Amino acid sequence: MTDASLATSGAPARKGKSLVVPDARTKRRNAAETRFKAYGVAAIGAGIFFLVVLLSAILINGVGAFQQTFIQVPVYLDPAKLDKSGNRDPEEMKKVSTFGYSPLIQDALFAEVQAQGVDTPLDSAKAMKEMISASAAAQVRDVVLADPDLVGETVDFQILASSRVDGYLKGRVQRADVARDKNINVEHLDLTDALREKGIVARRFNMDFITGADASESRAEQAGLGVSILGSLFMMLVVLLLSLPIGVAASIYLEEFAKKNRFTDIIEVNISNLAAVPSIVFGILGLAVFIQFMHLPQSAPLVGGLVLTLMTLPTIIISTRASLASVPPSIRSAALGVGASKMQSVFHHVLPLAMPGILTGTILGLAQALGETAPLLLIGMVGYIATNYPDGVASGFLDPNSAMPAQIYEWAKRADPAYYERAWGGIIILLVFLMVMNIIAILLRRRFERRW
Amino acid sequence: MYDAPNSERDVEVKDIKITAQGVQVYYGDTHAIKDVSVDIEDKTVTAFIGPSGCGKSTFLRCLNRMNDTIDIARVEGNILLDGEDIYDKRVDPVQLRAKVGMVFQKPNPFPKSIYDNVAYGPRIHGMAKNKADLDEIVERALKRGAIWNEVKDRLHAPGTGLSGGQQQRLCIARAVATEPEVLLMDEPCSALDPIATAQVEELIDELRRDYSVVIVTHSMQQAARVSQKTAFFHLGNLVEFGVTDKIFTNPTDPRTEAYITGRIG
Amino acid sequence: MPTLWLVLIVVALGGIGFVLGRGRALASAGGDNRKLHSLPSYYGSNVAMKTIMPAMGVLVLWLIVQPFFVDATVSKLLPDAAQSEDTTLGLVMSDVRRVADGLDFAVAEGLLSPDEAQALDASSDNVRETLGAAGVALGSDVSAEVLNAAQRYRVLSATGRLFMSALVLVAALGGCAWGVKNSHMDYRARNVVEAGIEALLVTAASLAILTTFGIVLSLIFNTIEFFQRYPASEFFFSLVWSPSFGGGSELGLLPLLWGTLYISVIALLVAVPIGLFAAIYLSEYAGPKVRGVAKPLLEVLAGIPTIVYGLFALLTVGPLLMSVFGREGLGWMQAGTAVMTAGLVMGIMLIPFVSSLSDDIINAVPQAMRDGSYGLGATQSETIRQVVLPAALPGIVGAILLAASRAIGETMIVVLGAGAAARLSMNPFDAMTTVTAKIVSQLTGDADFSSPEALVAFALGMSLFVITLGLNVFALYIVRKYREQYE
Repeated sequence: MTDASLATSGAPARKGKSLVVPDARTKRRNAAETRFKAYGVAAIGAGIFFLVVLLSAILINGVGAFQQTFIQVPVYLDPAKLDKSGNRDPEEMKKVSTFGYSPLIQDALFAEVQAQGVDTPLDSAKAMKEMISASAAAQVRDVVLADPDLVGETVDFQILASSRVDGYLKGRVQRADVARDKNINVEHLDLTDALREKGIVARRFNMDFITGADASESRAEQAGLGVSILGSLFMMLVVLLLSLPIGVAASIYLEEFAKKNRFTDIIEVNISNLAAVPSIVFGILGLAVFIQFMHLPQSAPLVGGLVLTLMTLPTIIISTRASLASVPPSIRSAALGVGASKMQSVFHHVLPLAMPGILTGTILGLAQALGETAPLLLIGMVGYIATNYPDGVASGFLDPNSAMPAQIYEWAKRADPAYYERAWGGIIILLVFLMVMNIIAILLRRRFERRW
Repeated sequence: MYDAPNSERDVEVKDIKITAQGVQVYYGDTHAIKDVSVDIEDKTVTAFIGPSGCGKSTFLRCLNRMNDTIDIARVEGNILLDGEDIYDKRVDPVQLRAKVGMVFQKPNPFPKSIYDNVAYGPRIHGMAKNKADLDEIVERALKRGAIWNEVKDRLHAPGTGLSGGQQQRLCIARAVATEPEVLLMDEPCSALDPIATAQVEELIDELRRDYSVVIVTHSMQQAARVSQKTAFFHLGNLVEFGVTDKIFTNPTDPRTEAYITGRIG
Repeated sequence: MPTLWLVLIVVALGGIGFVLGRGRALASAGGDNRKLHSLPSYYGSNVAMKTIMPAMGVLVLWLIVQPFFVDATVSKLLPDAAQSEDTTLGLVMSDVRRVADGLDFAVAEGLLSPDEAQALDASSDNVRETLGAAGVALGSDVSAEVLNAAQRYRVLSATGRLFMSALVLVAALGGCAWGVKNSHMDYRARNVVEAGIEALLVTAASLAILTTFGIVLSLIFNTIEFFQRYPASEFFFSLVWSPSFGGGSELGLLPLLWGTLYISVIALLVAVPIGLFAAIYLSEYAGPKVRGVAKPLLEVLAGIPTIVYGLFALLTVGPLLMSVFGREGLGWMQAGTAVMTAGLVMGIMLIPFVSSLSDDIINAVPQAMRDGSYGLGATQSETIRQVVLPAALPGIVGAILLAASRAIGETMIVVLGAGAAARLSMNPFDAMTTVTAKIVSQLTGDADFSSPEALVAFALGMSLFVITLGLNVFALYIVRKYREQYE
């Protein structure tokens, strides 16, 4: 069968060569090995480098949004202008619009500048109005309406500075660019510098960015993420309440009850494909089915939640099935062995054991849904809509609102660079939420993970 | 056919190919091989036998440093190949393995053609000057693997399409194609049917002419059929090592006897 | 909220049914629950289930069917002028709905009595003002036909709701009675309840099919409507994309498809080498420590929402590329938003996707294959390149196809990073736009839903869906076959 003559005529080139001395070819091969390994290290390095660049870009650009420039001025709340009748009736005082307050604030700033003896070519109260945010008047008005007795007194206010002044302090607005800017002049910047030295203009932590509502295009300094955070929250509530029970039910059926047949096959193929359908397509689905067809309210967190539920269900089903499958069959046999029905063995034994895994998967699915933007744009959760807090739970679900990522997108689209900072800042908040969810998921897994 | 090798069994002393001295192997905290010393002769079939988990495969994998690929494995002691310590820092395991080939328990042809399977070793070691040279090496190896006649018409068909016995002979051909000096076989017949086993055993006896063959087997009959020397391992210890006939007919150690008569294992 | 009340009433009936059924079953066994076939709670659940499930089924079905019926009836009332032109029927109907909602709202606010609302007359009363006072803003004055239709709409809806409530209650009560009647000690309540639960489970599982159906139907209907207004051949073969809401748009798919593919290719050129080498290193070389650190770090990239990448493209990578390739640098780039910008950032996003899929696939290659190669004296890289990768190739191809499908369907990065102009250009530093970006821009404007400019988004969505579905099905098939091979 074998050919002995061929065997002996082999070319034993290496025969008798020492192992200790590497030959040239081995050296070459080892060099190739080192190179190949270096590619791998470089690839990992590149990935981590990108991560670091991304995260530092977010931090460097976004931290500023949590600080805002305020001007501290004592404002004389002139009764002659704010409450002509003099009876401090809030209903009557509501008739004075913010236009009534603006001059008071401008005067107050002018007076403060004079009092501090700051030398400035700006010689009137009106000339200083570019320093002050357009929303400052509303800010003062709210305080006055909340406490009408303040009228007639001089009250210290932390007035929002205009976004240009804020940008100047943060380095976004450069002196060189001001020449082309009709919203602010070099004199204002000089005055800002002077007032800053006196401690009148200062940057403070800006809670309103986290709790506030969206503002109009020209009032970047006032815009906050609070209302859209609430919008996201209501959506997540919908997603959680729908996707967890439906996902678990579907998984239990597929993993425990489904017979291997055509129908089950179709469902399984369907689910794995749905998991890979682009999210924007779910947006189209939501638009066509929930809004065009079912006439549910546009821009409502309820609809957003429904769309995101459909989108995350496949992910949740896949992870839930994995958790169910990891419960060993011996548990099921044990339950069936003492006379439990199939249903009882699943609900009394398998499901509780799989629960930590299911919850982990669900939280991760929620995190994915929380960061999703594209489908929300199509159902109208974008634009100047996150401007008012919802009045209650029903309004929270049904009234137009935005969501965190959609609000960030909205800000990114606006022309004023002041909004870019807000967008980055919004991302920090969004990532904090995602991080917390992921940490919870990891802890859950660590705490309850079982190796069978 | 089976007893043909036995009748030809030569008993004269050969050159020592591999010397192991005081080898210890640890897997993490497990002490898998305990102080094993053994001399393996050239142009001889040496069989390692013993109950499963006794360390015979582990020891075999030390001989060409396959244990290096397992992170938690640690080897102590000396193993000399032609007088050189194969665990010396300067030794490249890649060069070592070209000299000490290996055939595995389960046939593991690469998902490539039959030709490419056999040509793989010669290619990476740069053994062929040109295509014709490589063709010749492949043909020779397939002939040595006693499978040439079965595959010569479909050299470019995938190796995974062969039957189990053919696959294993292909793997043997693949191993001899790199012209090793020692061939290690880790239970090469355990996944094969009796007919394929007979073919492989016959092949092993042929290979003895040129190589030092070390075979791990759980079948005592197989050890008796193919080997000239036998080592009996038990719980990580080398219990007894000697001429096969003697081990099987007149073992010195009571454990060996117990194993051979079927009382342990 | 009458529907909510209805649901609560049905649930309450279910609760009562539970108590009744349980009690009756126990009574039939003389209070000795050992004589019952099932645990007492199963008898209760049986009744509750029979009360709630059919009633809810009726409710859901009715809620779906009623709008169809009402719409069809009301639209018959509208003048032929409005009906003959398809473009406006939808609009008129939405007006009708708005007016009807407005009237409902006015009645709820107490501004109109129900009778007044029905008696309103477009010629004599100023409906717009009346509704304006209730806080319902209408775009234009309400025509007599629309008001009439709106009033009819309200009547029909109200009657429908009444019938629905009645039917739902009848179903609930009937189910309850049936369940209670069955509650006898020999009745196999557990089996029935479990069959009911299983039916619920099947329904939940079928939701996946329903979703797919929903996607397909919503795409198909609107796409057909689009092709009635705009020739399909133009859509598929025109080389120009220039929508104008005034009419006379050219809506060619090809420029968008070109942008989509160009960006995806750049993304894959970034993601595949990095992701693949990272996977190889992690699965073949890295020790448990390196793996334990590097793998989660890479996966952080996958957990970051795409809006973040979009912003990163728009505000960081775009300006960075501009400083090198822009006017002050090489002069190849006109603006920060470009194919290159979006492609690079999308590539970064896809790195963890490619690496974790490939990691799984490389790990599925049996160790015996590697041992065989090492045993022949191959180095680790030779083993990887010549044995592991060829063995894993089908799986890796599947992974790359899945990544490609991701890239094609990605929206936020291209919306923010790629630009808005549709262009057939080879220059990767040109701004181009993609299918997904145009879906967003065509559907987020104030366009009328029935104009071709808005409907084209559905045709684009259909194209996107078909392409990604094809890729996914093919890729998942390859990966599944690959896994079976080594199982």
